[in-house]
Amino acid sequence: MNEPTIVSFLCNWCSYEGADKAGNARLEYPANIRPIRVMCSGRVDTELVLQAFREGASGVLILGCHPGDCHYKKGNYKTRRRMLLLRKALAQFGVEPERVKVDWVAAGEGERFAKVANEMAETIRELGPLRLPLSG
Amino acid sequence: MAKPKVALYWCASCGGCEEAVVDLAEDILKVVEAVDIIFWPVAMDFKKADVEGMADGEIAVSFINGAIRTEEQGEMVKLLRRKSGLVVAFGSCAHLGGIPGLANFWNRETIFERVYKGVPTMDNPEGVLPQTRTAVAGKELTIPEFWDTVHTLDQVIPVDYYLPGCAPPPDLIMNAITAILEGKLPEKGAVLAPDKSLCDTCPLADSKPEKLSLKEVKRPYEVILDPEKCFLAQGVICLGPATRSGCGERCINACMPCRGCFGPTKGARDQGARSLSFVASLLGIEEEEKMTDEEVEKLIDQIPDPAGLFYMYSLPSSLLRRRIMK
Amino acid sequence: MKRITIDPITRLEGHGKIEIFLDEKGDVDKAFFQVPELRGFEKFCEGRMAEEMPRLTPKICGVCPTTHHMASGKTLDDLFGVDPPPAAKKIRELVNSAFMAEDHTLHFFFLGGPDFIVGPQAPAAERNILGVIQKVGLDAGKKVIEIRKRLREIITKQGGRVIHPVCNLPGGVSKGVSKEDREEYIQTGKDAVEFARFALKAFEDIVLKNKEYVDVVVGDIYKHQTYYMGLVDENNKVNFYDGDIRVVDPAGHEFVKFKPREYLKYIAEHVEPWSYIKFPYLKDVGWKGFVDGKDSGVYRVAPLARLNASEGMATPLAQEEYEKLYDTLGGKPAHNTLAYHWARLVELLYAAERLLELAQDEEILDPQVRNVPTATPKEGIGVVEAPRGTLYHHYKTDERGILTEVNLIVATVNNSAAICMSIEKAAKGLIKGGKVSDGLLNMVEMAFRAYDPCLACATHSLPGDMPLEVNIRNPEGKIERTLRRL
Ligand code: SF4
Ligand code: SF4
Ligand code: SF4
Ligand code: FES
Repeated sequence: MNEPTIVSFLCNWCSYEGADKAGNARLEYPANIRPIRVMCSGRVDTELVLQAFREGASGVLILGCHPGDCHYKKGNYKTRRRMLLLRKALAQFGVEPERVKVDWVAAGEGERFAKVANEMAETIRELGPLRLPLSG
Repeated sequence: MAKPKVALYWCASCGGCEEAVVDLAEDILKVVEAVDIIFWPVAMDFKKADVEGMADGEIAVSFINGAIRTEEQGEMVKLLRRKSGLVVAFGSCAHLGGIPGLANFWNRETIFERVYKGVPTMDNPEGVLPQTRTAVAGKELTIPEFWDTVHTLDQVIPVDYYLPGCAPPPDLIMNAITAILEGKLPEKGAVLAPDKSLCDTCPLADSKPEKLSLKEVKRPYEVILDPEKCFLAQGVICLGPATRSGCGERCINACMPCRGCFGPTKGARDQGARSLSFVASLLGIEEEEKMTDEEVEKLIDQIPDPAGLFYMYSLPSSLLRRRIMK
Repeated sequence: MKRITIDPITRLEGHGKIEIFLDEKGDVDKAFFQVPELRGFEKFCEGRMAEEMPRLTPKICGVCPTTHHMASGKTLDDLFGVDPPPAAKKIRELVNSAFMAEDHTLHFFFLGGPDFIVGPQAPAAERNILGVIQKVGLDAGKKVIEIRKRLREIITKQGGRVIHPVCNLPGGVSKGVSKEDREEYIQTGKDAVEFARFALKAFEDIVLKNKEYVDVVVGDIYKHQTYYMGLVDENNKVNFYDGDIRVVDPAGHEFVKFKPREYLKYIAEHVEPWSYIKFPYLKDVGWKGFVDGKDSGVYRVAPLARLNASEGMATPLAQEEYEKLYDTLGGKPAHNTLAYHWARLVELLYAAERLLELAQDEEILDPQVRNVPTATPKEGIGVVEAPRGTLYHHYKTDERGILTEVNLIVATVNNSAAICMSIEKAAKGLIKGGKVSDGLLNMVEMAFRAYDPCLACATHSLPGDMPLEVNIRNPEGKIERTLRRL
């Protein structure tokens, strides 16, 4: 059975490297995670997340630099606020807020990446695929 | 030369858009001189059959207001599409779904339950609900089926232009008609209103600080708004930054914040998401490094109905379109 | 069995439809008035922030958005337990009076009036605003358009938008009245009073002095003995904005007088499977079906009902006209459905006089137009009079002011049972032996139009003539003949 797709937006400066590290270290992380590199987690707009859902994602994982480490200073704080507010709105749409997750992974944290990714995959597995009405 | 033929039609509408046409007052006479209104059910006696009898594309332009929520409305707009050179979605409901589009937080069943059984005035021991077909003493009566989901016009037929607003203001209606008559239309798919944000034209814009930060969110009833100062700077959410200009700053002039009836500016796919984004980015900037997730949540909690607020006029046109009913 | 469908709005799906069934002899067996539309505000307002209701509920109807805005504002006052400052109440009532005056003008001259001024039997092509202008003169026609424009200007100035105003908040309004605007409002008020007197004079000259018309108005075909409901002030005078709800029985005696807060004790709603509209009735009398009389809970609202349910008008000129109306119709209550048109003009005069009074009141300039609520919201009920009848809003919220329950009884809905009855009675009285003519159908339609039913159809017709199509069907449902009135 195909696992429901998770789109993961990875900050170029940290989490993307972290994911790379995890890959190189042959750490296991789920295959249904589709990574997309962004310049900063702050670039991930709410519209982008909804677009991912509209196009078939069942979960969205946004990973950025740890607080204080963002290359653009505060992109990650902004993302945190946006996604917390979006989660609240999603609940009103009947979409479980857990389908959107924001977390921090530094460049060297391959293991942390694998752990966060696995947890997210587990959450989405439990929730099952997201079936948006009137898709297409 | 024959005058161009124009049709006006309404779907799930409050009638305010029709009233907006009537409000053209003297200007309506100019319109009537220049065009031939061939179909306007509220005002004139032409039937569907008359439209069916026309050649494809014979109607120069159809202005359609109201959201789409019944099979018959769907059929009617498809017919008008076939017969019309241009179709203009008129008003917020046709453009974005409008206020009646908030019904997409529910479905037919839950709405019927409330309206015909749940309300406290109800006396309906047998749980009677409206039926598309009913036999009453051997006589059959029919009413159209009520859909689960409210649709925007462009979800049902291709739309050439949009006239935004609830209802669209007279000057934009006249501009649109003039542009059509003179053949000076922008590219297809355009919204026939300025491509600026409301903040760009707002009389209070000068008082909007360069670096805005919302320390807390206040609801309009909790404060007495200063009519001279940007509402966001007073801590009250105004959707001006993510809303298209052109309304004449109508709500602002009455000292009330914008709720977005003009829809988003160019390029936005989801008005609510845009609004949500800009509000979230202003919230608690000053202390952001020190805040825990819980503290951020608390701040966000001051917006108790984000989906209803940010999608007040545009729920059916959102990327998610409606709530998933379990 | 023959079936006649009157689709008074020439619309496929319509917002209102009349079905008339003939028996074997060609007489009317049954008639139904159906509303094929629902939007479900009672449900989808749940979860919203209560203070947004004055901006959401006007979208129920773009013809009378102002009254929904008022009802909603008052409901929020009650919900948040906050009393608006005097100036705020006056501003709201001023805006509401301007609205009542312009809407009554619209109905009388554009929609209902043509039947009388031009004549019920006049060719359909003349039975519209243009026919009215011909009869009363071009200057008068211009006056109608001008006064409406100026009255609507008041709503725009105070409410931001004339279609769907935004100024009401719990505890008052968002904007005060400026000195310059007030001067303008006073002038508009004065001119509106003059205009209303002119309208009543035209009615007198054209209708009351014409025996043929008067006979139609008082004829039995257009008569129903029902209860009547309306908002009254402490002296039992008609009030559009505030007061208690008074109900009189078909003999004109006070049946009950209650506070908006008590409405659930007195009103209940019945459902029929063939219409989306509900049928309110008086709980204490009970639902007995579509029948009139003392034993049937059916009641009527809107202009004539308001006059019947009151003991007079609160302004002097309107009071004179009120007395004249009842003298002419043979005392109170008047049961003649077509007298709704006349009562509408009496109310037009009252609204204009009240507008002027309020504009002249110094206090309206007071900048103190809002009290900020401090109590925890729970439940609120607000009632106002819309042009088309008593309007009830009822909200419950959680302690944060998020709506948990909403109930609305919208003006026209109160009249829904009576409209059905009036149509059936007129049809039975006019259509005999299968003879259905254009003129007769207009007279059936007049029964419907008198209520000015706001199904977003009758109220919108421009230039004032409701198009009509009638299909006469044989027992198999095949169309035998189509009548079309252009
Ligand atoms: S856009 Fe506004 S005015 Fe137009 S039909 Fe919709 S609710 Fe009414
Ligand atoms: S946020 Fe609102 S009040 Fe402030 S400038 Fe923009 S439109 Fe005007
Ligand atoms: S201020 Fe906003 S809500 Fe008000 S009319 Fe303009 S666009 Fe619409
Ligand atoms: S650069 Fe990594 S989150 Fe901003």
